[in-house]
Amino acid sequence: LSMAGRGRGRGRGQMTFNVEAVGIGKGDALPPPTLQPSPLFPALERRAVPLPGGEEGEYMLALKQELRRAMRGLPYFVKPGAPRRDIERYSDKYQLSSPTDNAIDWNPDWRRLPRELKIRVRRLRKGRTTPLVPKQHVALDKEETIKKLESLEKKEEEVTSEEEEEKEEEEEGKEEEEEEYDEEEHEEETDYVLSYFDNGESFGPDSDDNGDEAVY
Amino acid sequence: MTQAELRLCSLLLQEHFGEIVEKVGNSLLRTGPRPLRLLVGDTGLLLDQVKKALCVLIQHNLVRYEVQPRGSVEYEAQSKRILRLLRYPRYIYTAKTLYGDPGELLVEELLLHGHLPMSCAVARVADRLTETMEDGKTMDYTEVSSTFVRLADTHFIQRCPIVPESPRNTKAPPPPAPALAIAEKDMYTVPRLSLIGKGKRRHSCDEEEEGEHKAKRQKQEGGSSETPPDDGIYWQVNLERFHQHFRDQALVSAVASRMDQTSSEVVRTMLRMSEVTTASGASHTQPLSSNEIFRSLPAGYNIGKQVLDQYLALLADDPLEFVGKSGDSGGGTYTVSILSSWAPPSHFPHPSLIPLLLHRFGSRCARIFRLLLRKKHLEQKQVEDFAMIPAKEAKDMLYRMLSENLVSLQEIPKTPDHAPSRTFYLYTVNVMAAARMLLHRCYKSVANLMERRQYEMRENKRLLEKSQRVEAILASMQATGAEAAQLHEVEEMITGPERQQLENLKRNVNKIDASENQVDETIFVLESFIESTMKRP
Repeated sequence: LSMAGRGRGRGRGQMTFNVEAVGIGKGDALPPPTLQPSPLFPALERRAVPLPGGEEGEYMLALKQELRRAMRGLPYFVKPGAPRRDIERYSDKYQLSSPTDNAIDWNPDWRRLPRELKIRVRRLRKGRTTPLVPKQHVALDKEETIKKLESLEKKEEEVTSEEEEEKEEEEEGKEEEEEEYDEEEHEEETDYVLSYFDNGESFGPDSDDNGDEAVY
Repeated sequence: MTQAELRLCSLLLQEHFGEIVEKVGNSLLRTGPRPLRLLVGDTGLLLDQVKKALCVLIQHNLVRYEVQPRGSVEYEAQSKRILRLLRYPRYIYTAKTLYGDPGELLVEELLLHGHLPMSCAVARVADRLTETMEDGKTMDYTEVSSTFVRLADTHFIQRCPIVPESPRNTKAPPPPAPALAIAEKDMYTVPRLSLIGKGKRRHSCDEEEEGEHKAKRQKQEGGSSETPPDDGIYWQVNLERFHQHFRDQALVSAVASRMDQTSSEVVRTMLRMSEVTTASGASHTQPLSSNEIFRSLPAGYNIGKQVLDQYLALLADDPLEFVGKSGDSGGGTYTVSILSSWAPPSHFPHPSLIPLLLHRFGSRCARIFRLLLRKKHLEQKQVEDFAMIPAKEAKDMLYRMLSENLVSLQEIPKTPDHAPSRTFYLYTVNVMAAARMLLHRCYKSVANLMERRQYEMRENKRLLEKSQRVEAILASMQATGAEAAQLHEVEEMITGPERQQLENLKRNVNKIDASENQVDETIFVLESFIESTMKRP
């Protein structure tokens, strides 16, 4: 059967069916064979249709970006635990504690989950040397310094009154669930221009100069 | 699952939950349901990390677990549900249009946390609303509660399956995982709670208020350590209900564009009446008598009963079969046919989709496509004649569409030996294949958009960080009352070209984000079409 096809359409690519049926007439030049993969960014023949604007579109855009930002701050955004530091440093006491692998930062209802998934829930106790408030934030310089100062502030308050301690414990519990962080409001609580405080940690891997700068 | 879907799921997980959760989700998607220890091996992550990731994924209904007969627990990723992460803004916006700010925030909180007890959701939303109010004002819990109840009544939110009561005297060890279940009838029952309270601000502007505020919180904190009154009863967003709402909206606007505003209002009324009586996936609404419809028309519509009947008759007669007449009692009973308006035999989904999708190929291709839809099968020559397009151009377009699987060739042999010279070759549109191909393309598009957006952000990371630092400095300086000259000096830290760069970045990111939203709308239409076509007997 295949032999019958040979000899026909000499000088041109042979197909198993009659190419006239799909419109390739006799003597038509076929496009050259493709010898390479198609280009990564083929030329755009037509401009894309413009995006519909309008209030709905704008609002949904804002929502999308806001959601993205908010979700990064929630404890559901699981981050790897910080690698162990080589030496214990003085500033560790005042650093915001970084995520650890062996604790979960929120409190799921364990009754609803398989037992094998149960893991220690991170709960910060007062009186520990490692400080408070592990709010997960995208690490930005200013955020770190503000957190530091905030936690120091809290430490002060802790020392001053018993009642306050109670409140803080609750506050941490609550803060773990809070999503938004309104910086301006925070800053109003202190006298210091928080963003100016930079202990130089972020500059290089080993920076031991903290001792000089006052820590309030 | 196609590669495109997998890639998109990966990107969505990574963007919303980070890389650890992404790795776990990815592994489950690619290799199917697995138990914990295999998962740890596959992902190369630490055991604790995998546990955390699974907790997050289960909390958000992205992964389900099942106890196997041998006692191990297997975890399975829900790919379709992961894709819905893209649609969150649309759900939230819809809730806003239907139930205002409390509705919007309730749905948002439920989506952000996966599921919550009612007491918790109401408290959070009240707090958030209070933050936005004027000083001294607070949002009362009752208003938020009543919105919650309305959302439940209209099935936009539903109860999660509950942990079964464990019999006290059982000697057997507890199962490795609870078998959660809920009866259909309980899904929308709101527990009787008396949620009393007002929203709290997180920070107050003056010290005094802060002092009071702290004291008040202390008292309330005392209460929070006890178990809440609705312990164990969790609520989640009912995505299917939102989808039904989107379909209804599309239907109403299709009627409006095909006929007129009033007929679309009639259809909208009918759909509203059937909101909760129509099972999801049903092909028609329950029959509604024209008397009932007349009574339920919105207050502003003063059309007479006879006029309504005329409209109903017109709608029923329309070949697009939006509305069907099902009987004569009560002045005539009518149904809205949901399925057939989505999968009418002779129409590609959503008539306006054709020009949108074929914009890529050109309006002439669109013409050929519509022609083939109408005529089903056509020979090469016939296509040229009917579409009134010169042969060469027509050929080119047909081959391009053929190579993209939008059209296909059908062989009709004239003789039993299928000889090529004696066979008809007809072009035809395989609607399902075309729809699937387009859907696949959509998934790819969104994934590409996301990757590009992330790339743009990475490229400009240094500048973004600098800009944020400057903003922070400016804000604190303003708070402490700095002079204009000082402020200006700080502003100058960002140079002109840098400002330009930031503006470009913002514009590009906005455009990409808006595009992602847009493509998701198309994904919704195509998925609905494919789903409803497959359901058709």
